[in-house]
Amino acid sequence: MKTYITIQYYGDYGDRETAKESSGNLPSNRDWPLWEVFIRSKMGLDHKHVGSLHAADAQMAIENARDVYTRRQEGISIWVVESKNIHASNPDDSASFYDPADDKVYRHPTFYELPDELKAM
Amino acid sequence: MFLLSLQMADDALLLGHRNSEWTGHGPNLEQDIAISNIALDLIGQARNFYQYAAFQFNENRTAYEGLINSPAFQQVAENLDEDDLAYLRDANEFRNHLLVELNKGDWAFTITRQFFISLYQQHLYSDLQKSSDRQIAAIAEKSLKEVNYHVRWSGEWVIRLGDGTEESHRRMRSAIDQLWQYTGELFIPADYQEKAVQLGILVNPGTYRESWMAKVRAAFDQAGLVIPESGWTQKGGKQGIHTEHLGYLLAELQYLQRSYPGSSW
Amino acid sequence: MEKQGTIQLESVFQDRIDQDIRIEPRDWMPEKYRQTLIRQISQHAHSEIVGMLPEGNWITRAPSLRRKATLIAKVQDEAGHGLYLYSAAETLGISRAEMIDQLHSGKAKYSSIFNYPTLSWADIGAIGWLVDGAAIMNQVPLCRTSYGPYARAMVRICKEESFHQRQGFEILLTLSRGNKAQKAMCQDAINRWWWPSVMMFGPSDDASPHTAQSMAWKIKRFTNDELRQKFVDICADQVKILGMLLPDPDLKWNEARGHFDFGPINWEEFWQVIAGNGPCNKERIAARVKAHEEGAWVREAASAYAEKQQTKQTAAVA
Repeated sequence: MKTYITIQYYGDYGDRETAKESSGNLPSNRDWPLWEVFIRSKMGLDHKHVGSLHAADAQMAIENARDVYTRRQEGISIWVVESKNIHASNPDDSASFYDPADDKVYRHPTFYELPDELKAM
Repeated sequence: MFLLSLQMADDALLLGHRNSEWTGHGPNLEQDIAISNIALDLIGQARNFYQYAAFQFNENRTAYEGLINSPAFQQVAENLDEDDLAYLRDANEFRNHLLVELNKGDWAFTITRQFFISLYQQHLYSDLQKSSDRQIAAIAEKSLKEVNYHVRWSGEWVIRLGDGTEESHRRMRSAIDQLWQYTGELFIPADYQEKAVQLGILVNPGTYRESWMAKVRAAFDQAGLVIPESGWTQKGGKQGIHTEHLGYLLAELQYLQRSYPGSSW
Repeated sequence: MEKQGTIQLESVFQDRIDQDIRIEPRDWMPEKYRQTLIRQISQHAHSEIVGMLPEGNWITRAPSLRRKATLIAKVQDEAGHGLYLYSAAETLGISRAEMIDQLHSGKAKYSSIFNYPTLSWADIGAIGWLVDGAAIMNQVPLCRTSYGPYARAMVRICKEESFHQRQGFEILLTLSRGNKAQKAMCQDAINRWWWPSVMMFGPSDDASPHTAQSMAWKIKRFTNDELRQKFVDICADQVKILGMLLPDPDLKWNEARGHFDFGPINWEEFWQVIAGNGPCNKERIAARVKAHEEGAWVREAASAYAEKQQTKQTAAVA
């Protein structure tokens, strides 16, 4: 699995300043920083934003992203970006999701043998 | 190779079971999900090895006569399946390393144990991929992908906790102190493992020790942790002599199958 | 002057909602819309997290390896759902730490269903079939809810949730075809989970003060009673496949309405459980607080380590 970490600066005013200051001095009961997760699936051409999560560092964020958002799909690439480094216009991106991992068939509804007369499930 | 498969299955099942005790109780959501994933991987591995063990047993029942004597197991008349092996054997019929059956402990204990076992499994499965037993080789190949990730994940946590705060460092040292005496058993082959070595199915696990130790040392160096002086080695698990922890674990794990014999679930 | 500006913004906002245009984090929104969403999304997230506990109870006792793996995967999915939802709420300007504090202090609510105990293996089946079934009924319309991040989280959740309900029904089906003791276990679980599940849709419409505004904002797309009726109709049919009974003597098909009639709901019990007097309210929160407190040193250690690494990097550059 190839992984990339990028920190993106868009040059907005105050961008770099806030980026520098924030990871210092975490009060003990605060959350780990928030990261945005982008994933390119096997068939996908581009990385897509799939959601966010909390992690103490980039390495942990990538691993969490794998556990949370891909549940083991092989052949994917993950980007994580600390959320504070993202500056955005208003997105209206369509929801994206990924199929559960191939070898975890019990995540698929069809894994369960149920009678045909059972409707609406 | 029935016992060999059983041994690997027992290791995977019990560690998976211990890790699953974290599900819903992890230090935060993300890590709750991470440790549950590892539990799932391990239970998946256990199922593969149990299925293969059951297959071998069914093929040649007479050869394994007398090996498993628990009354519940004796009542299984037809072909064995994975669940008969997991749910109907008594504690002294489990062949796992003692390391995997110990209570889950704190996060430092869980991480350290995972790191020790995953590193061991990484060596084991790398070799077994080339085993002359093709079914075992196939299971090993699939499992190795998962185990490589477990090594990476737990190794990073070892470093984080060792080099984190004073408290995390202290907890890591205490976990290592508690666990170290159980690591030696990983490298002492049981009789059925020796037999498998002779048949070219297994590489003698004793040969993993040096490289295993080097990898532990590398991680510990980065974490500011020290490998304890070699002391006494606790062993016996692979022969069916266990710690007190296993009885409680099995009482819970097996309770439904034992209370309602012969039922489907 | 300012007042007028706000009124104009509000009408633009309502316009977008009426046209089914999603509201995104950086769009202007009325403060009450934001607060309503935070309340609803965080309640939903808390429900997922607390909901891990009653089912998690049975992970170590699951009766087969397949059931064990499936149950771990399911409970783990719930952690994932909680995570998606907390993230969605975070886009509204509240941190996960704050939300978790609210849960632990009792300020925030979660679905009252999770304050009932799981007493037998059949309860895992009943939760999957009834509780997840009710949850799905509530959640599917939310995939079209007006707030973008919430809707996207819900799409992901609904996709995963279908497996939950099916695994639950399959557990019950297996029991219903089993021996006498298993059948009894199955019926007993249905008896205990039916009414709490019916209550999951919340107070009836005439006692639900927020519904009208939430419908106008398209945070909510159907009323509590509409969804409840749909749920009863579906379950009344599905229970026949199990050969079991729903514990309601008044349950009867009403040809004129085209729906099943059902008996009165014990709202006293509902409000008592919400108020903290359910069988497991205290245990559930205590378990969450314990996990959080025992995890504190782990979270601190990882933060401290990350900081040290950053300092090293900065030093290396300088």
